[in-house]
Amino acid sequence: MKNITLIISLIFSLTAFSQTAEEIIKKVDKNLTADNMVMASSMTIHGKRNSRTLTSIAYTVGDEKAFQEYLSPARDKGTKMLKLEDKLWIYSPSTDRTIQIAGHMLRQSMMGSDMSYEDMMEDRELHEMYTSEILAKEGMNGREVYVIELKAIVDDVAYHSQKLWVDCERFVPLQQDQFAKSGQLLKRVSFSDVRRVDDRWYPFSIVYKDMLKQGDGTEMNITSIKFDQEIKEYMFTKAALKQ
Amino acid sequence: MLKFIIKGILRDKNRSVLPVMVVSIGVFLTVALSAWMRGIFGDMTDLNANFDSGHVKVMTCAYNENKSQIPNDLALLGVEEFQKQFEADYPEIEWAHRINFGGLLDVPDENGETRAQGTMVGKAVDLLSPDSKEIDRMNLRKALSAKNASRLPQKQGEVLISQDFADRFGVKIGDDVTLFGSTMYGSMMFSNYTVCGTIKFGNAVLDRGALILDIRDARMAMDMEDATGEMLGFFKEGEYEDVQAKAIQASFNAKYTQADDEYSPTMVILTDDSTIGMYLQMANSIGGIMVFVLILILSVVLWNTGLLGTIRRYSEFGVRLALGERKVHIYKSLLGEAVVIGIIGSVLGTAMGLWLAYYLQETGIDFSALMNNVTMMIPSVYKAKITPETFYIGFIPGLFAVVLGNALAGRAIFKRQTSQLFRELEV
Repeated sequence: MKNITLIISLIFSLTAFSQTAEEIIKKVDKNLTADNMVMASSMTIHGKRNSRTLTSIAYTVGDEKAFQEYLSPARDKGTKMLKLEDKLWIYSPSTDRTIQIAGHMLRQSMMGSDMSYEDMMEDRELHEMYTSEILAKEGMNGREVYVIELKAIVDDVAYHSQKLWVDCERFVPLQQDQFAKSGQLLKRVSFSDVRRVDDRWYPFSIVYKDMLKQGDGTEMNITSIKFDQEIKEYMFTKAALKQ
Repeated sequence: MLKFIIKGILRDKNRSVLPVMVVSIGVFLTVALSAWMRGIFGDMTDLNANFDSGHVKVMTCAYNENKSQIPNDLALLGVEEFQKQFEADYPEIEWAHRINFGGLLDVPDENGETRAQGTMVGKAVDLLSPDSKEIDRMNLRKALSAKNASRLPQKQGEVLISQDFADRFGVKIGDDVTLFGSTMYGSMMFSNYTVCGTIKFGNAVLDRGALILDIRDARMAMDMEDATGEMLGFFKEGEYEDVQAKAIQASFNAKYTQADDEYSPTMVILTDDSTIGMYLQMANSIGGIMVFVLILILSVVLWNTGLLGTIRRYSEFGVRLALGERKVHIYKSLLGEAVVIGIIGSVLGTAMGLWLAYYLQETGIDFSALMNNVTMMIPSVYKAKITPETFYIGFIPGLFAVVLGNALAGRAIFKRQTSQLFRELEV
């Protein structure tokens, strides 16, 4: 009887986790990353005292080139960021200066949000940076999800380990917990409003919460997203920042 | 009696030279060291008060809780109105607004791109108002570098940077620099400034990456119109008064601090910082400590000196007893001698101590070479401070120790037996 129970449990487990963690993560990567992408979004930063909303448009090619321009509010309008590999430049129209951000400054909050510059710059696929293991299968926000643990296999990652709750059907994360090497939870990212865009699923609403900061987090809403667009190479030059 | 004692001391050099020397050296050490220690602890307290804490400091409750992070998003708003109220409530205090912030100071090349950059600690103070005392409080004139054509900011848009930063990144007077950080509301802050001077405070923490600018510039850059991180209050009398400060703090917090409003103002005082409290206590009690230690040491030395003197003057006391002088009278004359020796030694020791203390007050001793990694706000040049106490403090151990030493040694007089005197004197 004991053996039968064991066999049934084993069959159930195999059925439940019929896909390996790596396969699931690759599917997640396929949904979230693209050869190139043009995305317009609004970012609402909920501070302790007030909330403010910024709108921007971002152009991304692979995981090495990105260009972002802020469109509002007036104070931030015209501020541009250029990422080339692991370098980041910010252009300020009010001072007509281009400043390179490097070193520990990349870990600072971006625009007072719960995201760091490092978070913004990280475009690599998850399976390139982490090993994965399925921990469980459970329900979240009315969806069935895999709970997957990621452990870093490269040194230059911002988070030593992560825990992902991945929609079993759409392969989009619904929650992402990011941990320090000590095991302390640093950030929690919640994904919702998952929509079909071309041949992929993509979350249109993302909430970042820096767990070490007070406040209600930073909410990002995607107003439009287009994949596989033609983006001029000139956009990813420092000269484009001043235009 | 006094004339007799003074004549005895002057004519019998063996009776006076050694005790006077011992007392003089002890008093010299007391005067010089107490003035120097008072100066050191006083400078530490003043440095912290002038640069960081004021005699009293007003912030929002939330800012105070997170003050190590310099949370300007929790700054005090409506400060002009608050200032009027505080001035009316506490006329004995003058107020200064300060904004502290961290950021990146970027030095451009000829194309406007980053040539060099480093993190810096910024301090915005009122540099441009004609009646502002901030330049003197922060000793900015003296801190200006003599190596170049440094001057204080004369208009908005001009800043002072630390000499260390300028040397490290090759920044010259007249160069433009860009400050990159965040506004009070979290937006990116970019501001261009012209370097009009370089400064060296002689304090390792401040000299590493300081940027001093006018508070109007900081308010504009950081979106902090009618806001400030901290309001520092200084007693108009100049000196910090702990009892008065505590009374003001109690009344202020009872009136302005609201438990249910984390943005209501709250007051802290200089001694709320335990380290500064200790500095102040040390500055005030260092004289007493020095006197106690020196009395202890000198008494033992002078007791021994007195014993030697008593042995040497064994015959003299015997003759005086044989002539009918009472033991108590001889003992009193011995104490009288001690008082005169104490006064002479104290005068000499105080004069020498004051001379050294004055030298240390004007010049000080520079320990900056040993302080490269010091992270506390302490001065690198240690100077003495001469106060009225310095003029009399040496007389306490000088007189007390010599009298105590002689009183202990002189007890031998009472052990002399009149019946044994002639045998002792071998007459």
